[in-house]
Amino acid sequence: MVSVEAIPIFPGSAQGPSLVLDQPLSWWGGIDPRDGTIIDAHHPQHGQSTAGRVLILPGGRGSSGGSAVLAESVRLMTAPAALVLEEVDPILVVGVIVAAELYPDRSCPLVVAREGYDLLVSGRATRIRTDGRIEQS
Amino acid sequence: MDPFLTDEDQAMLRGEGSEALALGMRILMGLARATGARRMIDISGAHIDGTLYLGRASLDFAARLRDGGGRVAVPTTLNVSSLDLLHPDLFLGDDPTREAALTMMRAYLDMGASPTWTCAPYQLAARPGLGDRVAWGESNAIVFANSVLGARTPRFGDFADMAAAVTGRAPEFGLYLDRHRRARVRIDVSGIAEEARLTDEFFAVLGILVGREAGSEVPAITGVEAATEDQLKVLGAGAATSGAVGMMHVVGITPEAPTLASATGGVAPRTVRVDTDAIAHAYEALSSTGAEKLRTVNLGTPHYSAHQIARLQDLLAGRPIHPDVSLYVNTGRDVLASSAEIVARLEEAGVMFVVDTCTYVTSILPAGLDLAMTDSAKWAYYAPGNLGVDVVFGSTSDCVESAVAGRVIRERRPW
Repeated sequence: MVSVEAIPIFPGSAQGPSLVLDQPLSWWGGIDPRDGTIIDAHHPQHGQSTAGRVLILPGGRGSSGGSAVLAESVRLMTAPAALVLEEVDPILVVGVIVAAELYPDRSCPLVVAREGYDLLVSGRATRIRTDGRIEQS
Repeated sequence: MDPFLTDEDQAMLRGEGSEALALGMRILMGLARATGARRMIDISGAHIDGTLYLGRASLDFAARLRDGGGRVAVPTTLNVSSLDLLHPDLFLGDDPTREAALTMMRAYLDMGASPTWTCAPYQLAARPGLGDRVAWGESNAIVFANSVLGARTPRFGDFADMAAAVTGRAPEFGLYLDRHRRARVRIDVSGIAEEARLTDEFFAVLGILVGREAGSEVPAITGVEAATEDQLKVLGAGAATSGAVGMMHVVGITPEAPTLASATGGVAPRTVRVDTDAIAHAYEALSSTGAEKLRTVNLGTPHYSAHQIARLQDLLAGRPIHPDVSLYVNTGRDVLASSAEIVARLEEAGVMFVVDTCTYVTSILPAGLDLAMTDSAKWAYYAPGNLGVDVVFGSTSDCVESAVAGRVIRERRPW
């Protein structure tokens, strides 16, 4: 089992199968909030679904509209189970904060794994603990 | 660690002002903790990106803030919405979406923001200057404010920009701080032939490459001898599309980069040399098809300036647009008003002006459209995902010639 200590930026517990993105992603223009599919035609994982996954990505990019689209994904329950970032992205952070303000019964925990990020892989059952610890079986 | 809060900040957080101030301050506190900000600072203006209707969450937020007594505390401009209020018939979406978008626009006006509805607030008469600390959303506007105006704003997202506008405060993080404004990567284009380096399309394509190379770092671009504001606009828009770039230095041109050393703070950056091949490859990669059948041409992402509209008139030289092609120019209502005479002549030739919104973010292009052409790298990058269309990217001149001929025409590029 791999265990990585991450910083719980927006704490919470979550679990789901992991998906590691090879490049940063802009939520606006990059994700269809209706089903969580990656629609950025220039992204190497175009067409894959992020819904319910523990989504592991280097960071954000692109549009500042990402906060609102991420909040909409949370509302529609198509968001990832949790976000694991290598680098803090203010746009994604604000998206999960506001989603929790508007829809308190839904949430998308967000942690930052500066160290140990490279140990995390796709396709594993992954658990996020409230203290930020990430466990992959 | 929590940031230092003044008595006034703490009162807002406790809800002593209004519900909206408390919500705004909670968002800013979350942002401050995430970014390690040590204190809150005053801002002198805001530009709100949350004006595009992106589903109910975006409307729920605006309504929550307005109904909680939210009022902007600083001069606040608004980004593009989903509707063109001056040409309402252009919107082809369904009525519930139209109603929701209108309701959201009204909520922002109710809170005292100005109905500018443009993604290029730096083209308005009042714009921030060197050293002014503002809270701006809209990725291309953020780059322009930091890089070209020398104003200071981190990359604010939707919601956070409005939280800053209602409280008049922002966590001091990112590009507010000198140390985060220094270039860590140098992108050198001096190896590219001068005739290629001076064209508008070079700047658009270079932007996409800069964003990819810089990621979230501040780049310093060397080897550019001259650039207009419009060229810097498309350069920054491209960089903020493919990367998380919030600021760029163009050495010898932008105000905080008279020299490479001043841009980097004296620390040697890693260097990436962009050659002719890289530009040629990135230029081709912005087109998703080689098809020739053309239905629509889209100019003005970010919103066209008065100068670009005048140039369009020169390129069109009195010729009409082909009857099978719709040529849209996206611009701000302020620019439209200031260019009224030219706009009237261009409309006679068949040009359609779109204000308050943009053709790649809302339902304006006719259904069933398969091929669109644009002179904007940003439009070309996002449209396949947003609209499901194939795109041909070309120079403004290519776009005009194609719109007149009714088929895709692309000149050989100088690279």
